[in-house]
Amino acid sequence: MNILRHVIEPGFFGSGPVHIALAVGTVVAVTSAVTGVFTVTRGQSFAGHSLADIATTGGSGAFLVGLNQFWGYLAFGAGAAAFMEMIGIQRRRDRDVATGVVLGAALGLAALFLYLGSQYSTATGASFTILFGSIFVITPSTVPALLVSALLALATVIALARVLLLSSLSPDLAAARGVPVRAVGAAFLMALAVSVALSAVIIGAVLSTALLIGPAATALRVARGPVRAAAVAAGIGVAATWLGILLAYDSYYWPPAGRGWPVSFFVVTLIVGGYLVSYLRRPAVPAEPAPDAEHACSAL
Amino acid sequence: MFGPLMINTWIAATAVAVIAGVTGFFAVLRGSTFAAHAIPNGAFAGAAGASLLGLNPFAGLAVFSLAGALGIAGLSRRARNDVATALTFVLMLGVGALFVSWSTGYAQEAYSLLFGEVFGVSADQVLPILVLGAISVAAIVVMFRPLMFSSALPEVAAARGVQARRMELAFLLVMALATSMTVPVVGALLMFSLMIGPAAAARSLTARPALAMTLSVVIALVTVWAGIAISYQSDWPLGFFVGVIGAVFFLAGRGYAALSSSQKTPSRLSPGRYDT
Repeated sequence: MNILRHVIEPGFFGSGPVHIALAVGTVVAVTSAVTGVFTVTRGQSFAGHSLADIATTGGSGAFLVGLNQFWGYLAFGAGAAAFMEMIGIQRRRDRDVATGVVLGAALGLAALFLYLGSQYSTATGASFTILFGSIFVITPSTVPALLVSALLALATVIALARVLLLSSLSPDLAAARGVPVRAVGAAFLMALAVSVALSAVIIGAVLSTALLIGPAATALRVARGPVRAAAVAAGIGVAATWLGILLAYDSYYWPPAGRGWPVSFFVVTLIVGGYLVSYLRRPAVPAEPAPDAEHACSAL
Repeated sequence: MFGPLMINTWIAATAVAVIAGVTGFFAVLRGSTFAAHAIPNGAFAGAAGASLLGLNPFAGLAVFSLAGALGIAGLSRRARNDVATALTFVLMLGVGALFVSWSTGYAQEAYSLLFGEVFGVSADQVLPILVLGAISVAAIVVMFRPLMFSSALPEVAAARGVQARRMELAFLLVMALATSMTVPVVGALLMFSLMIGPAAAARSLTARPALAMTLSVVIALVTVWAGIAISYQSDWPLGFFVGVIGAVFFLAGRGYAALSSSQKTPSRLSPGRYDT
């Protein structure tokens, strides 16, 4: 019992913020992991990260004009997704450039919003919260909105799973079978935007990206097939989140500052560590297509 | 606007635009846009660590941006490039979050690292920028041919004995070197916009490599000069103007490319022809 007390600080399971953090963390981890499997397969990690950054820009914009921030996140996330799809050609390299241009413009807007915001208030730490967030300071009123949109994004991805997979691995074959490849891609990007945007706002852009890419990349190395990969990814994501929250709670009295180490540090380290551990095992199948799979496919 | 207080700003910004135009051209051509975002942004964790230890933030930036370049190149050996970049990036930022939570009153400094303080450049900051900028531009110029080959025609490059992984690592290291010095001045976000927007616009205007690189530098210069002038007058942040002007150039370039390719014969190669 004494050992357990050292592992789990007294009061961990009785704390309100911990309950919310665990519940929200679980939902975000599962949604991110499932979305992440397709994100990694499609090579859209950069878009996944960018949408998180862009959504937080929308949040600060909505705050400036006095709207509910929730609408700012959604409007900017969805708008950016549509814009990326519009200017991005289907090839991977051009897609990253399109993402980069949209991200650059959005970050410029973020600089403006933060500047204008600082004219009216003295919140210099705002950029900081946006980047790193904190899972321990979730206000309970934002939880239902998060749950609904996360489930919506998850449902979209699951409904699209088959066509999405086909159009990711072989766009030409999918097109030949009558799959509207671009529309499917756009729908996926929208779902990605919604799931990433809300998790970024609540737990920070860093953690959101880590949960999206890390578990999925690890799972794709060790699991056979997309369904198992999604399940493994969800497991890894949830485990890393819970362990991270526990460690952060434990770290409250750790040196040097004595006010706790950030959750994002623990979760990110666990996820990247897990990914590196998966190197020890030989991959079950070459689940990730080679970088030039697209060229190979189009050459066929 | 051109007074003695602003002279350092103009010199530094011009140097930064040249560096960004040259490295950005290859970042766009190679599809390393994510790395261009990750290295400057992740490097700021190093500055946080350095300020915690009481060291010069530049040392921290240099160490972390080089570590980021090595991490991306190392992980890419066995994984998809964008996954490797994402994981290296979040790890750097996670460590940054830890450093920041340890130190007190870092938020203001973090803000200036992200968004830059281009109007507060001091004379002793200008020289290192010029030196490191010259080194990174010279490195790119020296590597121009093999880099061009391995970016545009990987198979031909491999057949000619150019090692793709070595080129990738060399390029990432140059990018790390370039960003470590420019980030404290212009900020991580602005450096990224300045690398991507002008280079992407230049690439859609012409398919000739040397011309595209020159155009990329010219557009970057115009963007940053116009940005400083408007920012000076309006007092709005420079990052906003650079981001927006860069995006406008990109859209204009895309529009021009679409127009000219629809007017000429369909056999005309598209701007993205390097890939195929």
